[in-house]
Amino acid sequence: MSEIINLTIDNVPVSVKEGTTILEAAKKINVRIPTLCYHQDLCVAGNCRVCVVEQKGADRLLPSCAMPVSEGMEILTNSLKARNARKHMIELLVSEHRADCTRCYKNGNCELQELSSEYIIGEDGFIDLIPYKEYTIDHYSPSIIKDDSKCIRCQRCVRTCNELQKIGALAVAYKGKDMKISTFFEKPMFEVVCTNCGQCINRCPTGALTEKTYIDRVWAEINHEDKHVVVQTAPAVRVALGEALGMEPGEIVTGKLVAALRRLGFDSVLDTDFTADLTIIEEGNELLQRLKKALVDKDPDVRLPLTTSCSPGWVKFIEHAFPEYLDNVSTAKSPQQMFGALAKTFYAKKIKVAPENIVSISIMPCTAKKYEADRPEMRSSGYKDVDYVLTTRELALMIRQAGIDFASLPDDDYDSIMGESSGAGVIFGATGGVMEAALRTAYEIVTGREVPFKNLNITPVRGMEGVREATIKIEDPLPEWKFLDGVELKCCVAHGLANAKKVMDAVKAGTVGYHFIEIMACPGGCLGGGGQPIPTNEEIREKRTAAIYREDENKPIRKSHENPEVIRLYKEFLKEPLGEISHKLLHTHYRARNRY
Amino acid sequence: MANKKLKRLDLVFKDEKDTESVLKKTFSRSNADVINDLISSGLKGRGGAGFPTGLKWKLTADAKGDEKYVICNADEGEPGTFKDREILSKVPHKVLAGMAICGRVTGAKKGFIYLRGEYRFLLPGLNEEIEKFHKLLEKLDCRFRVEVFTGSGAYICGEESALFESMEGKRGEPRNKPPFPTTSGYRGKPTVINNVETLAHTYSIFKYGPEKFQDLGVQDSRGSKVFSVSGDTPNPGIYELEFGMTLQKFVDDFGDGDTKAVQVGGASGFCVPRKKFGKTIIGYQGRLQGESLPTGGSMMIFNSSRSMYNVLHNYLDFFVEESCGQCTPCRVGTQQLLLGIEAVKKGERSSSYLDKLLELAETMRVTAKCGLGQSVANSFASIVENFKEEMIY
Repeated sequence: MSEIINLTIDNVPVSVKEGTTILEAAKKINVRIPTLCYHQDLCVAGNCRVCVVEQKGADRLLPSCAMPVSEGMEILTNSLKARNARKHMIELLVSEHRADCTRCYKNGNCELQELSSEYIIGEDGFIDLIPYKEYTIDHYSPSIIKDDSKCIRCQRCVRTCNELQKIGALAVAYKGKDMKISTFFEKPMFEVVCTNCGQCINRCPTGALTEKTYIDRVWAEINHEDKHVVVQTAPAVRVALGEALGMEPGEIVTGKLVAALRRLGFDSVLDTDFTADLTIIEEGNELLQRLKKALVDKDPDVRLPLTTSCSPGWVKFIEHAFPEYLDNVSTAKSPQQMFGALAKTFYAKKIKVAPENIVSISIMPCTAKKYEADRPEMRSSGYKDVDYVLTTRELALMIRQAGIDFASLPDDDYDSIMGESSGAGVIFGATGGVMEAALRTAYEIVTGREVPFKNLNITPVRGMEGVREATIKIEDPLPEWKFLDGVELKCCVAHGLANAKKVMDAVKAGTVGYHFIEIMACPGGCLGGGGQPIPTNEEIREKRTAAIYREDENKPIRKSHENPEVIRLYKEFLKEPLGEISHKLLHTHYRARNRY
Repeated sequence: MANKKLKRLDLVFKDEKDTESVLKKTFSRSNADVINDLISSGLKGRGGAGFPTGLKWKLTADAKGDEKYVICNADEGEPGTFKDREILSKVPHKVLAGMAICGRVTGAKKGFIYLRGEYRFLLPGLNEEIEKFHKLLEKLDCRFRVEVFTGSGAYICGEESALFESMEGKRGEPRNKPPFPTTSGYRGKPTVINNVETLAHTYSIFKYGPEKFQDLGVQDSRGSKVFSVSGDTPNPGIYELEFGMTLQKFVDDFGDGDTKAVQVGGASGFCVPRKKFGKTIIGYQGRLQGESLPTGGSMMIFNSSRSMYNVLHNYLDFFVEESCGQCTPCRVGTQQLLLGIEAVKKGERSSSYLDKLLELAETMRVTAKCGLGQSVANSFASIVENFKEEMIY
């Protein structure tokens, strides 16, 4: 039992559990202490010193984010001494920062800018250090731009990359005035283990880490007379876009999203959820085929567990960290890439537009999707399957640029042919969603019955626990699946690459006997993706999750294999799951990469 | 001149070959008695910070945990300090004995000497000495073992928590405190970390008893201290002197007759101008009369040929380089102080900018994460305030 500690903050008494920090205690009584290096998702660093407060009777100030409370403390968060020091901290950080705000991508969305304005950092501050520094702007990655001149060395990105994601692409290099955030041998981000997950972008307080934006190119395509611009929207976008346009977290804005895209001038507004359903058919059948090979044919070469492949951050992670398990990754492409391949083949034919005149755009909660679209494996239509990927944030920016009052837009529906989706496709956006969608379909294929969960909600695979396990026993299957009778299908769900690493280490050690693993690179799954509105924290991610499951429940169709447009696609084009056309367009292989 | 000389002591460097009997005698006593002796001796950390050594041992002894460590901080990096090098080369057995006794009373079975990278040349001799010492410990049925860990030359790694990080294979950056090393040090385990000289002093205390140590020095500053004397002096070198002398007496003994200022405690210490020599006492802050200045032992003497602007510039250059870069006040503050005095000197900023810099230095003192950033203000303020005209013209 931890003890209760009594103290006062700004003369207000407060009682908190032992081990609580001053910052947390202040929050309890609604006192906001400014912070920069602190982030709810990360361990405490205590290095920006912006959150310093005065303790009565103490000579030195205390970093409130790192200092646990003690009995009888009298804390002043806004004493002259604390204020002056805090203002100094902000002035110092500004002096080290290329404060070129009007030209900055993060203008208006920068924590340092906010604090500078709050504390009125005038012009007669300290000496501008930028002219004395050599800095690099790394824009070689298709996903992430890293601009050292904007960096305030708070190390949120380093902690994100090393703790939350266990990737280790970003680290602190050099010391003193030369200290900076860098990569292995200062190589550009795209040459190192960076998975492009963009979680660092979500947590960077300034414009030092941003997504590479393709907005202007998309505007140009939209305005190009000969081009037919097709846009797809990922599941997680519809539960987060509102946040970037003044709405509360957790609002479902699907209809407004569609309406906005149409207003922006996209020719076909379609849904990635459609190909999410398609992924389930292909990947579900792949799983069943592998199980058959393992259990019936006793094929020694069959690789289990099967892991999902929808998260490009996860795919690049396994390419770097566990290349020996690449054959365990589903060959099914991600929904984005399946969509791209079909847009320039099946869809082009349907709407009678030459594929070279189709421009395929996707709106993703993700920065790694930009990289995925650029992969050489992703040109099976004969063209670049997905031409440009925009993040949720970029779309919000386009909507603002177009002067659209998003909140007042009437709801609109997706176009047909590749716009219909099931609730199973929607939940791809949440951790555990692909697993749940796959189980809803696979179980029914095998047994002819619905999954034995109330309302089809497979709750054991839901939630925010980093690694979750579930077992489903297959009983009384259809005759052709007799070999699965009594088999306990062991499933595992992990989100965040630190958890992915944990799971893969366990697989490698042979201590787990999973059949199927769902891995999403980002905390919370795609809804917590690196392209989603900033800020992010567990509370926000939980609200988006709840919205996604609401959207699922509201759908008339809840199972991927019942999506009528998917059924029609097989009938008219693909013929059968894992068939020849599927192999050509919808499946691929990945490759081993360096370990640094 | 002879009457002006301070008394030279020979406690630390006296080459006593009785490690075995000192260890035997101490091992035969209760841990509480040993710690009490250390506490009553009044010994304080000789690295400069002056934390009571006995208390440090006691806190670690009382800390829960079956894995504990004793670390000898030999990362002697303060500009103008070179006494630990001498102690480790002349009387390493005293340091080792201090560590073994500390291990005994705290429950630590493993000790490390964190040796400054530039002192690597001491390694062969030190390892030889450790091997001999281990044989002695075996004979005494003591399982304590010592290993040397060599640093790589970063000044910040002398800061205890950065030192632990460095030993753990990580970047040498100070940690947040609390927790303190006595409960969570190397590898998160309770750890005693003492300066080389501190450990050497414990040897004398255990050999002669706390009273003899207490007889030396004054009030809150007991015992003797090894000083590294450098700069404008006819007699640079290492001297063991009694705590509590005035700086005037020191200058009379070691100065060249034209001493303008003494930098006490290295780059992170204080600069004392001639007019304050008389009332400055060398010792830990406490109930001493006048202004007392603690020191890790560095005494840099400057005569009137020296530009104090250059001296400060040199120190700031050092800090700009040696800050770990982790916390804002230290990383950016040091750069601003350096560029700031340059700008004032060049006339690019008015002399009143020095006041803004003094305020900044004060902020650094109260906000920096570790002793490095906190103590930049010491030299900065004491030089700027006492030699303002030299900063401007």
